[in-house]
Amino acid sequence: MGLLDKQFADDNIVVAKAEDLFNWARLSSLWQLGFGLACCAIEMMATSASHYDFDRFGVIPRNTPRQADIIIISGTVTLKMASRIKRLYEQMPDPKYIIAMGSCANSGGPYWEHGYSVLNGVDRVIPVDVYIPGCPPRPEALLEGLLKLQDKIRNETVRTKKA
Amino acid sequence: MKPVNEIFEILKKEFDSSIISSDDSCIITNPFMMDKIAWFLKKNEELSFDSLMCLSGVEEPKVKNSDKTDSLSVYYHLHSIKLKHKLTVKTIVPKSNPEVESVENIWKCAGWHEREAFDLLGIKFIHHPDMRRILLPDDWEGYPLRKDYKAPEFYNGMKVTD
Repeated sequence: MGLLDKQFADDNIVVAKAEDLFNWARLSSLWQLGFGLACCAIEMMATSASHYDFDRFGVIPRNTPRQADIIIISGTVTLKMASRIKRLYEQMPDPKYIIAMGSCANSGGPYWEHGYSVLNGVDRVIPVDVYIPGCPPRPEALLEGLLKLQDKIRNETVRTKKA
Repeated sequence: MKPVNEIFEILKKEFDSSIISSDDSCIITNPFMMDKIAWFLKKNEELSFDSLMCLSGVEEPKVKNSDKTDSLSVYYHLHSIKLKHKLTVKTIVPKSNPEVESVENIWKCAGWHEREAFDLLGIKFIHHPDMRRILLPDDWEGYPLRKDYKAPEFYNGMKVTD
C-alpha cells in the first residue's frame, strides 16, 4: 500500500496524519457485502476465488450489512430488488462505498428500453462510487475498479468525505 | 403411443361438449372443466398422463378482420412416462374475465406455473390454493405480457420508463 510500508523498520514510533492512517486502514480492509444479482455475480465469485484472489486486497465477503464497508452491485437491479438494496445500504455503517458492476447496474444495460421491471441504473436509489463497464466485466476489470476505489479513499480528507 | 385423434375420441366420449375441437397438434377444451379433464387424462389407463411438462399462458396475435373477442389461452404440455406419448391441451378464455380451473391438485408442479401465468397475463386459476403473483412485487399494477400493457412511468417513486 506504500503509505506505512517500512516505516516501522528503525524505531517504534511513526508519525502520520490521522487522516492518512484512517484512509490506509479503510482502503486495506474493504469488507464487502456479498450481493450477487445475476451473471456478474459469477465473475465476482471468480474474482473472490483463488485464481484472482480478492482477499489479497482485504476484500472479505460478509453476510450482513452491519459488518460491511462496500457493496458490489453485481447484476440486474429489478424494481423489486431496488428497495431491498436501499434498505441494506442504509443498514451499513459509515464510511460505506458502492461499486456498480456491469452494464445492468450502471444503466439497466439491455433492459434500458423495454425492461418494464428493471431499474435503469442502481445510482437512481443509492450513490455509486465506481462504475465498472462490461457485460459482464472480467475479474481483471473488477480488480481495477476496486483499485480505483482504493485511490479514491486514499485521497479522502475529513472535509471531503468522499473524494 | 396414441395419436391425437384417438385421444380426442376417448375424451369426446367421456366429456362430450366440454371437448371443443382438435387439430393435428392439440385438443381445445372448456376452461371450467379443465380440472375434471386433467384428472381423467391422468387416471385413465389408456392415457395415464402422469407428467405435466409445462403450463403456459399465451395471448395470441389477433387475426385481422376477425370479429373474435380478445382472448387469452392456456397450454398444457403433457407427457406419459408410462406409455411414452405426448399431448397438448389448450383452453381459451375471454380477456375480460379470464378464469380457468386449477390443475394444481392433479399435477403439483402446476402450482407455480399457474402463478406465473397469473402474474404476467392475469389468468385466474379457480381453486388454486395460493393465487398471488410469483415474481413481480405484490403491489404491481397490470399484467406485463398482455399486448395492450403500458409500462408505468413510476413505481414506488422510481422511474421506470425513459
